[in-house]
Amino acid sequence: MKSIELDATLVNLPKVIDFIDQNLEEVGCDMKAQMKIDISVEELFVNIAHYAYHDVVGKAKITFEYLEESRMVRIQLVDCGMHYDPLAKADPDITLSAEEREIGGLGILMVKKNMDDIQYEYVDGQNITSIYKRVE
Amino acid sequence: MLTISKENGNNSLVIALNGRLDTTTAPQLEESVKESIEGITELCFDLEKLAYISSAGLRVLLSAQKTMNKQGKMIVKNVSEEVKEIFEVTGFSDILTIV
Repeated sequence: MKSIELDATLVNLPKVIDFIDQNLEEVGCDMKAQMKIDISVEELFVNIAHYAYHDVVGKAKITFEYLEESRMVRIQLVDCGMHYDPLAKADPDITLSAEEREIGGLGILMVKKNMDDIQYEYVDGQNITSIYKRVE
Repeated sequence: MLTISKENGNNSLVIALNGRLDTTTAPQLEESVKESIEGITELCFDLEKLAYISSAGLRVLLSAQKTMNKQGKMIVKNVSEEVKEIFEVTGFSDILTIV
């Protein structure tokens, strides 16, 4: 398992995506799946950067693991900020017109639609979100 | 990294995007749209060289679409398979006019 730990700030987003892309390249992931994984990691990391620690800068840890048997990539995002379950919020209604559409909720919907599985747990004061994606 | 090129016509504007439209680059596009959308009745986004779009980028497109619904029309062209799939799962393919 590989991991990276850094300040949960937006300026670090490119570092996080580089870490993910390097590992995906080693696994031999196609571009389509890579974009979906990048999007999901971005949405979750940005959520931590925006909300987890209010006005102070806190840490985020990202781990990458390739589960060979199932050909699944498992990525975990861990923070010690406020208890927050990203899966608890209702999905936005994506059938509404442009005028009726709201700005919020789109990010986590992208994660749900693009990943094969998502799990969230709160353990020892840590928010742990795990995403799974099969790579062919 | 995102490069934005604009081509102005008579009340029309083509915005071509090259690179990644994500949380860090979306504000750049938002600003760019804001400063040139006034008086435009035909807005076109050329996404041929757009390699990536996250929800922050979708929000900018949604906001541009809302503005153009009031003052003219907006189209999105040269959408790659990957980006098209993102538009589909988020319902954006129904909101945007993709040609």
